[in-house]
Amino acid sequence: MKRVYVNEEWCLGCHLCEYNCAFANSGMKDMALALKDKKIFPRIHVEGDDRITFAVSCRHCTDPLCVKSCIAGAISVLDGVVCIDQTKCVGCLTCVLVCPYGALAPGESGVMQKCELCMGNACGAPACVTGCPNNAIVYEERNDAT
Amino acid sequence: MSRYVIVGNGTAAVGCIEGIRRVNTDAEITVVSEENHSVYSRPLISYYLEGKTDLERMKYRGDDFYEKNGCRVIYGVRATALDPSAKTVTLENGETLSYDALCSATGSRPFVPPFEGLDTVKQTFSFMTLDDVLALESALTDTARVLIVGAGLIGLKCAEGIRDRVGSITVCDLADRVLSSILDTDCAALVQSHLEENGIRFMLQDSAARFDGNTAYMKSGQTVEFDILVLAVGVRANIELVKDAGGETGRGILINNRMETSLPHVFAAGDCTEGYDASAGMRRVLAILPNAYMQGHTAGVNMAGGDAVFDNAIPMNSIGFFGLHTMTAGSGDGEMTEERSEGIVKRFFTKDGLLKGFMLIGQTDRAGIYTSLIREKIPLDTIDLELTKQAASNLIFSQDTRKKKFGGVV
Repeated sequence: MKRVYVNEEWCLGCHLCEYNCAFANSGMKDMALALKDKKIFPRIHVEGDDRITFAVSCRHCTDPLCVKSCIAGAISVLDGVVCIDQTKCVGCLTCVLVCPYGALAPGESGVMQKCELCMGNACGAPACVTGCPNNAIVYEERNDAT
Repeated sequence: MSRYVIVGNGTAAVGCIEGIRRVNTDAEITVVSEENHSVYSRPLISYYLEGKTDLERMKYRGDDFYEKNGCRVIYGVRATALDPSAKTVTLENGETLSYDALCSATGSRPFVPPFEGLDTVKQTFSFMTLDDVLALESALTDTARVLIVGAGLIGLKCAEGIRDRVGSITVCDLADRVLSSILDTDCAALVQSHLEENGIRFMLQDSAARFDGNTAYMKSGQTVEFDILVLAVGVRANIELVKDAGGETGRGILINNRMETSLPHVFAAGDCTEGYDASAGMRRVLAILPNAYMQGHTAGVNMAGGDAVFDNAIPMNSIGFFGLHTMTAGSGDGEMTEERSEGIVKRFFTKDGLLKGFMLIGQTDRAGIYTSLIREKIPLDTIDLELTKQAASNLIFSQDTRKKKFGGVV
């Protein structure tokens, strides 16, 4: 399946992926209205220092620890995509405790949200990748054992 | 056709069912459920009282789960005897089930110390099952004075769950601190003061010596008047089915890292087991939900003839109270280093060049990176842990490692 992969040597650390993610999942049509003067809660985040930067989002693991660990049974795998049922999540953060990639963070309400590859919103393909100016993240198939 | 029996119907049982089906799609699976409920998320009972979830959303799996997985569930019945040589298990309704492999996913039960006068208390509750919480809920009134015996995870989550629905809450515990099984003195003090700010009163290093009606006579000589008593002293693993059949047990059913018990074709998973704590390097009951699922899944795969090993179980807890999040993992053994700022404590425990454990209060972002260092036994000389103590980051790993993590299928 297609996943988001990182080319960290090409990442400029511009954080555009975070804004495109927040906008894509806002459900709004106007980016300025959706994001201006607001604290954003993107499902991808840029890590790094003054030399290296890279974007981190859900790896959609083949054997996801978050799914096995969720105390509410709110996280499941649908056609390879690790998805969360936000109505079931109680915000205990156990998934944050177990994700080895540090890829999960709660949304504004304290309920968890996660990258679902923009399958659940109007984009249909990851908005972070579409908007990346330097191909530092790509959305493609790489040798998948499963 | 192979026949598999799972005794128990909680998280470990679900893991077991999904593990069996990973390997074998047509075997017969029978689930023996003591509770009259399809599987629900036990740790959510406090969130239910708090109004953060409801009975529908507490379902751990969808309504079609058993049907989709071809399981027969026998509700409201206990398994009473296991005969490993005949490969049968007898139920209290007289039915006998034959199996090719069986999994004991029997969980645990509340431990109730023999308090003098407990029988004179009108409203006593445990806080473990859905039925417990529904019974407790029906007793709640906005003027009720609640005494909770036990300041562990169960007692404190109960306190949080009912705080807005009762008059007052007092929590007592013989230990000198709250959450004594997972927090050290300093970290516990921080959590305790936050709970106190939210209206919970504590009596530590103290417990009830005896009860008389609505009065608890404490060991310290004080008395506590209450309307509702919640006993959250601790739990005991349900080991009897396997023990009585001759299986090896300690505080739990002894299992290896394939979830096999000492009895042939008998597996065990979840809170009823005593497995191996990879962080402490010793056997331990690890009664946490992720462990139950992973053990159950491992057992299921192996029952169905697959080959699964689960050898990196560690204690880990993520628990919030009134907006303050605490996370702990591994053991508190070894050299401790600390990062501290306003309202935030992060403690790391290292030994033999490995991260062995941590306690985080108030700042838990990306904590799974720390957890992975413990579970995967990453040598600390290959990473830059100092860099990440203030804020967990994948920057600690080498570029090559990051390439694998973020440039490949994992």
